[in-house]
Amino acid sequence: MNVQNLAAFDPFADEGDPLGTDNDVGSQQNYIHIRIQQRNGRKTLTTLQGLPKEYDAKKLLKAFKKEFACNGTLVDDEEAGQVIQLQGDQRSKISTFLVEEGIPKATIKIHGF
Amino acid sequence: MSEEPLFDPSLKKRKKKQVAFHEDPLGADADPTTPAPATIDDTTTNGDVVDMGPKTAHELMKANGDAGDAANGAEGAEKAEEDDLKAMFGDLKKKKKKKKDIPLDLEGDVSGTSTPIAAPAAPAAAATEDLDFSDMKKKKKKKVANFEAFEKELNDAKVKDDEDEDVPDGLPEEIDEAELGDDPFATGAGGAGVVSIDAGAEPWLKSDRDYTYPELLQRFYLQLHAANPALLNSSGKRYTIAPPQLAREGNKKTIFANVSDICRRMHRQPEHVIQYMFAEMGTTGSVDGSGRLVIKGRFQQKQVEHVLRRYIVEYVTCKTCKSPDTLLTKENRIFFLACESCGSRRSVNTIKTGFQAQVGKRSRNRTG
Repeated sequence: MNVQNLAAFDPFADEGDPLGTDNDVGSQQNYIHIRIQQRNGRKTLTTLQGLPKEYDAKKLLKAFKKEFACNGTLVDDEEAGQVIQLQGDQRSKISTFLVEEGIPKATIKIHGF
Repeated sequence: MSEEPLFDPSLKKRKKKQVAFHEDPLGADADPTTPAPATIDDTTTNGDVVDMGPKTAHELMKANGDAGDAANGAEGAEKAEEDDLKAMFGDLKKKKKKKKDIPLDLEGDVSGTSTPIAAPAAPAAAATEDLDFSDMKKKKKKKVANFEAFEKELNDAKVKDDEDEDVPDGLPEEIDEAELGDDPFATGAGGAGVVSIDAGAEPWLKSDRDYTYPELLQRFYLQLHAANPALLNSSGKRYTIAPPQLAREGNKKTIFANVSDICRRMHRQPEHVIQYMFAEMGTTGSVDGSGRLVIKGRFQQKQVEHVLRRYIVEYVTCKTCKSPDTLLTKENRIFFLACESCGSRRSVNTIKTGFQAQVGKRSRNRTG
């Protein structure tokens, strides 16, 4: 792009492109993100994003709902793909559940306060 | 605790490999200052402990120190250790096995803490420990604290770290230079308390007794710090930040009053911090006229503090040396964290707001 051409910094032009795409450096793609959102009052919402393809989100949701005794839904997002939404703050429970199922802990990121 | 069974196999292996190496110094020195008997009993009762005992880095260090005492008279601690190592190898075949118990009590501690930290993980723990908001008030008062108090504090902290680290130290590969350098810090402080030894005024000068390990260790560190004053400052300084001041505005908004102050302390752009906070907390907000941050949603101080802590770990402290003395620069849409003290430079994650679920009325969303 024009701006990049103008920039003085360009010792390794080849590197520029792969780094430029957001997916490569500092990407969040490999992580499973567990987030929390505040609703009204004391209510919260937990979202799980970035589940690897080999897991069936629908079945996982069913297991979650049964295990955590909460309701939940599966949302299709154009950016994030399939996202599991659960009622209440289920972050730590989700994390332990996933770890027990054999997902490496390093790939799980818990966000929120 | 639960980890111990896991460690066992490696420990056994280790023992086979290293038995001679470790035992030599112990046998050689037959140190009167550190009698063994009581400890031997303990070790025998649980076999694992016996295996682990002599292998910890700091045990090794200690052994080295003792042997050094025996072997070379008045040489500096460092030199003595080196010589000691050589002597150890030379003596290998002659020496009989002797057990030392020093690590025993440490193990007890470890089981209490239940968080054995592997060498790579330790830095992280240290980092989190460094970011202590609660200490803030104390710190403020103490800012003028003198060197000695500072060092004492540092030693205490190190002791704590050491206890945590000791079990992993027992594992095979981890006795490297860094560990050897780190570990004794704690033992010296723990064993000897804080005995002030000035150069030329060592207590052993008057008598012809053997030097105790802690004494030599202290001597070593005194010399080390005398030679590199920067070491103390970089390693011992705890990174403190004023606790966030939160106030509720109305029912649904929280005001974060001292955000600009905190950002200044961290040397970060408020926009970056705020962006991170919003992404993490899954909310939105704005900055009002007087520089305060208005966050949508109810948040407690503890929660905001937690988020800030993670921000610091991710975007302020250097991943290599833990120093908070870093610069965040943006190049080609990527943020780089450049450390001022160790010179490392690495890219950091971009802040991304993840999926935001629909909260609130749908109709409001459609119109806006």
